[in-house]
Amino acid sequence: MDLKDCTLTLGPVLFNWTAELWRDFYFEIADEAPVSTVYLGEAVCSKRAPLFDKVLTPVVERLEAAGKELVFSSLSEVTSTIDRKLIRRVAESDGLLIEANDISALSYLDGRPHHIGPFINCYNEDALHIFADGGATSICLPTEMPKSGLRVMAAEAATRGVSLELQIFGRVPLALSARCYHARAHNRTKDSCLFVCDEDPDGMVLKTLDDKPFLTINGIQTMSYTCLNMADSLTELAEMGIGRFRLSPHSAGTVDVAQTFRSLMDGALDADEAHVMLKASSLDVPFSNGFYHQRPGVEWQVPTPAST
Amino acid sequence: MSNMPFSSMTKPELVCPAGTPAGLRTAVDAGADAVYCGFQGPTNARNFPGLNFTPRQMADAVIYARDRGAKVLAAINSFPTAGRTEIWKKATDDAVACGVDAVIVADIGMARYLMQTHPHQRVHLSVQAGASSAEAIRYWCEKFNIKRVVLPRILTVSEIKAVHDEIPCEIEAFVFGNIGMMAEGRCSLTNYVTGSSTNMDGVCSPAHHVHYDEDDDGTLTSRLGDTVIDQFACGETAGYPTICKGRYSTGPKDNFYAFEEPVSLNLTHLLPDLMKAGVTALKIEGRQRSRAYVRSVVSAFRDAVDGYARGDVPDVSHLLALTEGHRETQGAFRSKTWR
Repeated sequence: MDLKDCTLTLGPVLFNWTAELWRDFYFEIADEAPVSTVYLGEAVCSKRAPLFDKVLTPVVERLEAAGKELVFSSLSEVTSTIDRKLIRRVAESDGLLIEANDISALSYLDGRPHHIGPFINCYNEDALHIFADGGATSICLPTEMPKSGLRVMAAEAATRGVSLELQIFGRVPLALSARCYHARAHNRTKDSCLFVCDEDPDGMVLKTLDDKPFLTINGIQTMSYTCLNMADSLTELAEMGIGRFRLSPHSAGTVDVAQTFRSLMDGALDADEAHVMLKASSLDVPFSNGFYHQRPGVEWQVPTPAST
Repeated sequence: MSNMPFSSMTKPELVCPAGTPAGLRTAVDAGADAVYCGFQGPTNARNFPGLNFTPRQMADAVIYARDRGAKVLAAINSFPTAGRTEIWKKATDDAVACGVDAVIVADIGMARYLMQTHPHQRVHLSVQAGASSAEAIRYWCEKFNIKRVVLPRILTVSEIKAVHDEIPCEIEAFVFGNIGMMAEGRCSLTNYVTGSSTNMDGVCSPAHHVHYDEDDDGTLTSRLGDTVIDQFACGETAGYPTICKGRYSTGPKDNFYAFEEPVSLNLTHLLPDLMKAGVTALKIEGRQRSRAYVRSVVSAFRDAVDGYARGDVPDVSHLLALTEGHRETQGAFRSKTWR
């Protein structure tokens, strides 16, 4: 696959932003970001979902008017009655394309076209075939998968006409829990959280006892402190046949990041130029890409001529 | 409530850990109704050096257990990475050939492989599959003929009861042992720090990445790779550096257990409630623990389950001594405030 024919996508906002910030972010994406697909919806905490309900319609209208393909991301951890109702409501909505992030959603989606999100474990070719049999048209692979596995998946996906997607930029989701760690840090519980996660639009940084930033807390989700950046590997991914590249939204610079990646994909920039621009427009944290190279995910591997 | 007899229901099966053949014999002799174990290598979620079974040892274990009326459950519950599924399929074939009573899987591809290749083999869904709602469990049952689900340790007893009423398979629930804080099968923290994956390689905080350093004033620092997971004052008991049980600092709070304190799950007091909720099997964690530990815990639970089933209120206080740091929690099981 030629890099310029690949698709740039925008994953769902994973953080708790105010409804106004959330709306303005998507208006800006609609007007200025060169992404083809936008994933919308609450993937982390069902308590947050009602917060942006009131601005959902104008956001959908604006994105559709801008020609974006819309996919609705479902919740990644489904336990409580509220979680289950939310899954049902999203999955049974008429005419929406859904990204399933938990097997719960598949009980509603089986047999009709849908996407498999990165929170569903799809680690091998057998899993890929099962999801394709169930109607999956696109699968976003686990971020921790190494290059060798991605290559096998891409070859297999081609035989099924299934698109493969991979997160290429932004903080990386690393774990989910039943407990809300935002609430815990504020001496609250999940039920009495008062939505304290809204204080941290890009997550709450967790430092080790020797004062080094380590992880980021986002409610029940734990994320990397570092920012994934796969700019060096896009050509290789495209050659394998992975053609959908996902950006994960942050509170600032996302439009610039999208423009940089689109320019890189179109051949208007090289990777070194892209790194400089990405550094300037994204979070002031180190880049990482270790998972792809089968190294610790936190690491940043610089490509050598031999490895590309 | 605890005095109510359980004559109307089947006494739950006590499912016990077996890290080694000797550990398996210990658990069976101490009263386990079933033991669970895995093969050496990456195919199960306890891929630790010195643990687990060869196919020959597994076959012998099945004979030993069966002669004493106990079942053997083979855990093949990590996620094969694309390109190396044959290792997991071979492990599954070996387990079936050994005559195990059930294979415990987490990967959807492995579930289908079992159904297609070994249609008569009983299959359980591992806690690593993270099936935490009735909808998810029903999907697994309908698609892959799963007979029992091991529930994630994130549900309250009343939620377990509700799940039980809505699913067509048996429930196995953890009642004792180490408690990870992250949803099982959905954690890449170890891989982020060490380059070895819990899901793909079956390791969590692998020992060869663990270091302890003591400074001049006796403070002990535990690290996983280069990352400081905890620090212990002179005389304080030092725990194993598991990422989700370390101490960290955030904006609002310094030097605290940001995820969970190093405690163990102990649900002995909730056993009657779990039995009433319709739980078929009670699971004890600890394939990495010593034979002495396994003997003590299994014996105590054997007495407790038998006692409750008779309508007695057994003394279970001595189990506290076996918990991590002698501290226990009922985790998510008792109420939602834990969340």
